[in-house]
Amino acid sequence: MAQRFWKNKTAVGTVFFVVLIALLGILAPWIAPNDPYAADILHKYESMSAQFPLGTDHLGRCLLSRLLYGIRPTLGLAILTMLGTIGLGALMGLLAGYFRGWVEEIIMRVVDVMLSFPSQVMVFAVVALLGVSVQNVVLANVFIKWAWYARMIRTGVMQYRDKNFIQFSRCIGTPEWFILARHLLPSIAADLAVLASLDVGWAIINISTLSFLGLGVQAPTPEWGAMLNEAKNVLTSNPSQMVIPGVAIVALVSVFNLMGDALRDVLDPKEVVE
Amino acid sequence: MKQYVFKRILSTIPLLLIISFVCFVFINLIPSNPAEVALRVRQVPIITEEAIAEVEAELGLNRPFLVRYVSWLFDCLKGDFGISYVNPSRTVAGELARCLPATLQLAGASLVLVILLSIPIGFLCAVYKDGIFDQVMRALVFITTAMPPYWVGLLLMWFISIKLDLLPTSGGGSFAHLILPAFTVSLSYISTYIRLIRNNMLENMKQDYVLYANVRGLPQKVILVKHILKNSMHTCIVAIGMSIPQLISGTIVVENVFAWPGLGTLCISSIFNRDYPIIQAYVLLIGVLFVVFNLLFDLLQTVSDPRLRKEGA
Amino acid sequence: MTPVLAVNHLSVTLQSGKNTKQLVKDSSFSVYPGECLGILGESGSGKSMTVKSMLGLLDRHFSATGEAFFCGKDLLKEKKETLRSLRGKDITMVLQNPMTCFDPLYRIGNQMAETFATHTNWSQKEIREESLAILDRMQIQNPKVALEKYPHQLSGGMLQRIMIGLAVALKPKLLIADEPTTAIDAITQKEILEAFLEIKNAHQTAMIFITHDLGAIAKVADRLLVMNQGEIVDEGTFSHILHHAQDRYTKLLIEKRQAVMARYQQVLGGMV
Repeated sequence: MAQRFWKNKTAVGTVFFVVLIALLGILAPWIAPNDPYAADILHKYESMSAQFPLGTDHLGRCLLSRLLYGIRPTLGLAILTMLGTIGLGALMGLLAGYFRGWVEEIIMRVVDVMLSFPSQVMVFAVVALLGVSVQNVVLANVFIKWAWYARMIRTGVMQYRDKNFIQFSRCIGTPEWFILARHLLPSIAADLAVLASLDVGWAIINISTLSFLGLGVQAPTPEWGAMLNEAKNVLTSNPSQMVIPGVAIVALVSVFNLMGDALRDVLDPKEVVE
Repeated sequence: MKQYVFKRILSTIPLLLIISFVCFVFINLIPSNPAEVALRVRQVPIITEEAIAEVEAELGLNRPFLVRYVSWLFDCLKGDFGISYVNPSRTVAGELARCLPATLQLAGASLVLVILLSIPIGFLCAVYKDGIFDQVMRALVFITTAMPPYWVGLLLMWFISIKLDLLPTSGGGSFAHLILPAFTVSLSYISTYIRLIRNNMLENMKQDYVLYANVRGLPQKVILVKHILKNSMHTCIVAIGMSIPQLISGTIVVENVFAWPGLGTLCISSIFNRDYPIIQAYVLLIGVLFVVFNLLFDLLQTVSDPRLRKEGA
Repeated sequence: MTPVLAVNHLSVTLQSGKNTKQLVKDSSFSVYPGECLGILGESGSGKSMTVKSMLGLLDRHFSATGEAFFCGKDLLKEKKETLRSLRGKDITMVLQNPMTCFDPLYRIGNQMAETFATHTNWSQKEIREESLAILDRMQIQNPKVALEKYPHQLSGGMLQRIMIGLAVALKPKLLIADEPTTAIDAITQKEILEAFLEIKNAHQTAMIFITHDLGAIAKVADRLLVMNQGEIVDEGTFSHILHHAQDRYTKLLIEKRQAVMARYQQVLGGMV
């Protein structure tokens, strides 16, 4: 598997890119040229210069610094959402697929109901219910999406649970939890890895959308969606303000989508053409 | 056949009940007391225990939970969704009715765009697989799936409306106002369906019936349009139909970008104003639409596919 | 006598990415008028590939070299459009999976009609009459009802017979049957083979009969080619091959077959 990973240029490239972005976000306080919150009205809308490599916004804040600091909420919250979604979805899916019976019945009925609401509206409903805040945005996104993963993972588990090696394991008296953790989890890990990377891209868009509408990360915090919200107000006078955060979102989401496809190739031996 | 349709329709009733129940529970989950919220929203200066009790009685909040659910459900069936917290002189139903046409107009226009653009493009991509057109389209599809709709909206607004001054930036009312929001809403669906139709056609091309059509010497045009396209459209039209409620709910964001006076704008302003009855009714409406459209297109698929259509009955 | 089809040094290669694989290697054979040539070989031996490459039925990943003369035309050098107009009229084919060979969304009558509409200038009425005649000839009951059926409503045997009927309807010069008995049950197989024998006797159509079933080929073929891994390894009449097989693979095929037959007769003999 590791060998196939290193051979796949897209997989290596995208993972490298994501790690690099994450590092930039973590190291933002040391590498950002300016304070992302320092407003300086005299220097507003400046173009690129040595002091402000990407120029300044409507309050004279350094765009590059805001972009770098913005990685933290943008990527961080998306990864948090992904972990939550996959965690809850995998747990429910594993339980349903493995134990069957009434456990499965209850979980799958809940999943059905969850899937019968359009996710877009549910996010807003949950945010409306819980109130506008960052945690609630993550919660809302986990809440609406876990059912998809539960269903997919259950299907995956159903395919594996009747495979011979699992049946054998049960025959020789291995404890159930051990089978679950040791055999089933690795078997569906491939599916999970692919889902996870696609899901981060999706979460980035969704969270930034909420921030853009003012329902997520709030104004002075340099989240990319919130930055676009501020840029919207000066669309007529300074349209270039919306270019940088937008391009950053598209690039990051594209990379995650590419990574998902590449990981699928790496992890699914059937797909590989020698 | 009739029996199947009947069964399928019946099977949606429990789902509709669950959805309505969830919506009802939703409003009861609000951390603050609805009566108190209503009072505060009406800007009653001093909120006393008596005032709360009065409003509770007025809104029927002092009755048992299930009784309230049933009476609420019957009210909903009669088209009465309660009164707006923010503006007690307005009914929720009235507010929805005011905003619904604009949203339907936007969703309808987007649907037309989706069908008009995705089917021919997907078709051409499959026919000229790996050609220049296909490669360009695939790159575009890839990029558009990574673009947040609100950003697309902003870009279009800036380029078309401000830079080129071709169309109005925001607001509603005329056909010119409709174009940009509709295109923005449809863009992500267009890319999804281009991919779906392309892959579906490529899958169909591998089928035996295509080989046999070739063996019989049928012209390529006939094979592509009459056989392959029709077989792939079959799956795709159902998928597109089932996504209509998503399209309607997908207008939330775009409506807010373009200040389109529809349900989405209403919904977001209600969230800011904590006008819960409106949000509740909106979620209920979309949930019901979702179920109804799923049912409708599921039945349509059954009726239009000779393999699924049962004989005789 | 001039052959209907003369194939010289035909090779087919598959190009996938950087890899190339030769699927048919330097094959030469001829089919004469009124003759039935059997091509025998196991799956993947390149039997179907040979005929599909001549008819332009392979996608662009495959490339064919050599010559394949049909009525004075080299099929491998003809334009796509010319090949298309030959297919279904002068060269017809019967394929192996009758259940999946018809478009599930159209009625049988419609699919028969579109074939005639492509190759003839018959009127609607003539097309309908001819379709009914074919169904009748292929012993399908209630031809009028059958025309209105969707493919999934008919049995594999019926669809196979419709395919055969369509294949002979326009009096082709060459009929190719690609494993026509593989996907159907034993009793229907017998009917289908009889249909082929009848066509052979009645129309004197040249035929290529591709199969891996020694029993089927013994009934219809006048002459045999044995293919193994893309190469023609043996050629001759059935009895010639049966008794004087040159190739190791052919011998193996026959031995197995004889062993099965011997066992079969032994069991049957025991029962009677």
